[in-house]
Amino acid sequence: MRASTPLAGGRLALLFLRVSVMNDLQYRANFVIQLFQSLLALGTGLAVLALIFDQTDDLGGWSQTELIAVMGIFTIMGGVIRSAIEPNMQRLMEDVRKGTLDYVLTKPEDPQLLVSVRDIRIWQGVEVLTGAVVLGYAVARDPASLGPAEVLGFVVSIVLGAVIIYCFWLLMTTAVFWVVRLDETQELFEGVYRAGQYPVGIYPGWMRLGLTFLIPIAFAVTVPSEAVTGRLDAATLGFAFVFCVVMLILSRAVWKRGLRRYSGASA
Amino acid sequence: MIAAGPRSGAEAAPGEGGRLAEDGSLRSMVSLYLTLMRTSVINQFQYPVAAYLYMIGMVAEPVIYLVVWSTIAEEQGGSVAGYTPSTFAAYYIVWTLVRNINVVFTPYGWEWRIREGELSAQLLKPVHPIHYDLGWFAGTKVVVVLLWLPIAVVLSLLFKPELSPTAQQIAVFAVAIWGAYVLRSLYMWVLGMVTFWTTRVGALFELVWVTEMLLSGRIVPLALLPDWAERLSWLLPFRWTFGFPITALVGPIDGAELIGGLGMQLLWIAFFALVVRGFWRVSVRHYGAVGG
Repeated sequence: MRASTPLAGGRLALLFLRVSVMNDLQYRANFVIQLFQSLLALGTGLAVLALIFDQTDDLGGWSQTELIAVMGIFTIMGGVIRSAIEPNMQRLMEDVRKGTLDYVLTKPEDPQLLVSVRDIRIWQGVEVLTGAVVLGYAVARDPASLGPAEVLGFVVSIVLGAVIIYCFWLLMTTAVFWVVRLDETQELFEGVYRAGQYPVGIYPGWMRLGLTFLIPIAFAVTVPSEAVTGRLDAATLGFAFVFCVVMLILSRAVWKRGLRRYSGASA
Repeated sequence: MIAAGPRSGAEAAPGEGGRLAEDGSLRSMVSLYLTLMRTSVINQFQYPVAAYLYMIGMVAEPVIYLVVWSTIAEEQGGSVAGYTPSTFAAYYIVWTLVRNINVVFTPYGWEWRIREGELSAQLLKPVHPIHYDLGWFAGTKVVVVLLWLPIAVVLSLLFKPELSPTAQQIAVFAVAIWGAYVLRSLYMWVLGMVTFWTTRVGALFELVWVTEMLLSGRIVPLALLPDWAERLSWLLPFRWTFGFPITALVGPIDGAELIGGLGMQLLWIAFFALVVRGFWRVSVRHYGAVGG
C-alpha cells in the first residue's frame, strides 16, 4: 500500500517546508523577536567566555577562539533542533495523547516521514544564521587550521550529528506510546543540551559517557567542533557514522513497536 | 501584608477593639497561606516523575558551570579568585537549592492571566492577589526540597564539596533563602505587570533575565566578575536572591556581611512591596478601562 520512493518522500518534505514557510511569513514580527533572543543568548555566551579567559589561557586544551567556534556550532545545532526537530516531536506527543495520530496513519505515506516533517518553525531557524556568523568569525580569526579536509569533515559530521539528535528525539518521543505524560522532556533536553557549549572532553568520565551515548550531544556539537579545529581523526568520524546508522535502525524499530501499541489501543 | 496590612492597622488604631481585629486578620492570613500551601503540595505530588525530569534538566546548568570552573581552578594551580574545586562544588550544590527556592510565578504567565480573564475573578477577592502566588509557590517548595535531597546527596558524592558553616551562617542562610524567595517573587511580579500596558514584553523579560544571570551570582560567584560589574551588582536587587544566600552558607563571609545582607534583602523587599502595591493599583485601573 505504502509504495513511497525516497524521491516522493523528499518532495513531500519540501512541500511541507513550503507550507510552513508561508505560514510563518504571516508573523514577521516573530523574526525580530527571535533574532533579539538569539543575539542576547550569544552575547551572554561570549561574556561568559570572556570571564573564563580572564582567568586562564586555555580550557581543557581549547583556546578562546576555538571555544567561540564551539559556541557557533552549538547555536547552529540548537537552531536546527528548535526549528525542525522539536516542533514535530511536540506535535507527535500531542497527537498520541489526543488520539489524532489516526489522521496521519490513514495517509498513504510512511508515517515516520510524515510525523517528522509536518511542522517547521522557520523563525527559530534564525539561530542557524547567527550561529554561522559566530562560527565564521572564529574561523576568520584563525584561518590557518582550515583546509578542504576539515571543511568536508565538518559538513559530514554536522549532518550525522543532526540525524543522531533526530533519532534520539524520536526515541524519547516514542516513549509517549507507553507513558502518556511527557511534558517535561523538552525542559530536560534543553537543560542537558547546554552542556554542549563546551567540548565534552572537559567533563568527568561518567558525564562524558552520558553525553556521548545516553544523550548524544557529543556527536551533535563536539565532533563537528573537532572537525573545524583540526582535531578530528578518521576513527572518530567513522564511529559517528556507525553510531548514526545504529540510531536510525533502533529508532525505526522502536517507533514501529510503539505504533503497533497505538493501533492496539484505539481498536 | 500589602493589602490587608494598612487596613487592619487603621482599624487597630482607635482602641481596645482594634486589637481583636488585628489578630483576626493575621490569623486569617496565616490560615490562607497554610491552605494554599497544602493545596499546592497535594497538586505537586500528583506528578512526581514530571517534577523530577524538570529538576534534572535544571541541575544540568550548575553542573556545567561547576565543571568549567573546577577545570580552570585546577589549571591555575588549585584555585581561582580564592575558590578551589571543592569550594566551587559547595557553591554550585547550594546553588541548586537556592535556585529551586527561587522559582516563582513567571512574568510570561501574566499574558495568560489577562487573556483568560483569570484576573477578573481574583479582583473580587478581599486579599491582594500576590498572596495567592506567594502561598502557592511556597507550598511547592516543600515538595521541591524533598525531591532535591537525593540529588544533593548524589552531587556531593560526585563532586566532594567543602562546606563548614558556623551556626550563625546556617541560621542566616535559612532566613536568606526565604528572603530571596519573597524578593524574587516581588520583582518578577512587577515585571509581569508590565503586560497590562503592552503585549510586547518578551524583549524586556529577556533583558532582565540576562542581567540577572550575569549579576546575581548565578553563572559565576560575584567575586569572579570584573570590578566594574561587581560594583554594578550592588546597585541591583539580583545579588540578594542568588549570590548572597549561597555565600551566606558557603563563605567566605563575616558576621557584619551576614546581618547586612539580611538588611539589604529587607530593604529591597520593602521597596518592591511598595512598587507592587502602587503599580498594581494603576495597572488594574488601566485593565478595567480596556475591559469595560
